[in-house]
Formats: sequence, structure tokens, C-alpha cells
Amino acid sequence: MSIAHMSEHEREEIETHEQRALGFWLYLMGDAVIFALLFATYAIMIPGTDGGPTGKQLFDLNNAAIETGLLLVSSMTFGFASLQVKAGNRGAVLAWLATTFVLGAAFVFLEVREFAGMIEQGAGPDRSGFLSAFFTLVGTHGVHVTMGLIWIVVLGAQVALKGLTMPVASRLHRLGLFWHFLDIAWVGIFSIVYLPGLL
Amino acid sequence: MERPPETTHGLRSYLIGFVLAVVLSAIPFWLVYTHALPPQRTLLVIGIAAVLQVLVHLRFFLHINFTTTPRENVLALVFTALLLFIMVGGSFWIMFDLHNRMML
Repeated sequence: MSIAHMSEHEREEIETHEQRALGFWLYLMGDAVIFALLFATYAIMIPGTDGGPTGKQLFDLNNAAIETGLLLVSSMTFGFASLQVKAGNRGAVLAWLATTFVLGAAFVFLEVREFAGMIEQGAGPDRSGFLSAFFTLVGTHGVHVTMGLIWIVVLGAQVALKGLTMPVASRLHRLGLFWHFLDIAWVGIFSIVYLPGLL
Repeated sequence: MERPPETTHGLRSYLIGFVLAVVLSAIPFWLVYTHALPPQRTLLVIGIAAVLQVLVHLRFFLHINFTTTPRENVLALVFTALLLFIMVGGSFWIMFDLHNRMML
């Protein structure tokens, strides 16, 4: 293979990467629309408690604060993983991905525990319009984070088995977009659901 | 040889973003913990801090800017922001108007 051929090939890969990054970005923008409409639905449904429990009675500020911290730190650790991808340091990429996974899993654990506790005390999604909207909005975000965790495992395996090849690095870039996007959605959740609910 | 997706954004970017995000999260949480301000003011601060934090995340974590980010991506983002404004604003307008009329 000649050098010219190699660079041609590389240029193609970069172009593919950029196209896929744009495609994934468009998907994220669509996802942002879904979240925004769930936020709007939630805000409108806040008074619709049907005599049942309100956010003030159900939400726990400490829990929301810890979840916020976990997700924010995980966003930063994913950023560190991205930096190590650029540095070509496979071991460090795996270590930061593992850290991100643990933080994300702790977040999902806290959220599932919160949901289970609410359902246990009769405040499940079937109790009122307010709670339906709450579980739909926060649950949708939780499902996204769970998908992100699965994706981290899959790409971690690819990094371990295939190394930091161009396609793997390109996939990690899109996973990064996804993960940082989920943290933005969470900013909306604590600012619209938990903090005003506990005011 | 390798040309990674973004070469201009280093450790600094993530650390600055992290510190700003911590501050912008801590302020509204602290206000709700302490009830240091009246509820209306607190809501206002929560809203402002949220908007600022979203911008911080876009700038320092997603590295969106007006020079190195491809034009299409920025356009998609701006278009989405417009859609959100119309759909969320429109929903509130209709539903709260309906609510007022039903109550009166």
C-alpha cells in the first residue's frame, strides 16, 4: 500500500466519522425535543395530584443532590476517557470508562430505589396525572442512562479487544456526546422537578 | 498521524466546565436547602442557574462553539432551540389559558 493510498483511506475514515457525528447529533436534537415535551407535560401536570401526594412530600433533596453529583462527576470522567483516546492510552481509557460506568450505575441504583420507595407507599405512576408525568419524564432519562451504561460496556470491550482504532475512537466520540447530553437533561430534571418541587 | 475528533480541547476545558457546573448546581440546591430567599426569587435563581449550566455543558463538555464546530451541527442546535421554544412555550400558553378559563 502506498502512502497516498493510506492517506486517502484515512481521509475517507475521517469523513465517515464526521458524517456519523452529525447524524448522531441530529438524533440527540430529536431526543432533546422528546425531553422538552416531557418537561412541558410535567410542568402542566404538577397541580394534577388528585388529592394524592405532592412532590414536596415525595422528593428527597439529599437523594437528588447525590444523583446530581454522580452524573456530573461521571460527565467529567468520560471527558478524561475522551482525552486518553486522543493520547492513544488504552489502559487509561478503560480505567476512565470503568469509573464512568460505576458512577452511572450508582445513579441508576439511587433512581430505582427512589422509584421503588414511591411505588411502595402507593405513589406509583397510576396514582395521579402528576405522578404519571413524573415517572415518564424521570424514567425516560433513567432508561437513557441505562442504555448509556450498556453502551459503555460494549465499547469498553471493543477498546480491550480491538484497541483504539479509528472506528472505535469514532464510536467513543458519539458515546461521549450521548453521555454529556444526558447530564444536560438531568440539569433540566433537578431544576424543574426536584428543586421547585421541594421549595 | 491520527487526527482525533477534537484536538483543541484539553483537560482544562473539562476542569473549567466541571467547576462551573458544580457552582451552578450548588447555588440552587443551597437556596432550596436553606430557604435563604423567598420562593419566587429562588425559582428565578434556579431558572437562571439552569440555563447557564446548560450553556456551560454545551461549551466545555460538548465543545460547541462558533469556530471549530461544523456549521450544520450549530444550525441543528439553533433550530432545535427554536422548536423547543415554540412547542414548550405554546403548550404553556394554551394549557394555562385553558386552566384560567376553566377556573373562572
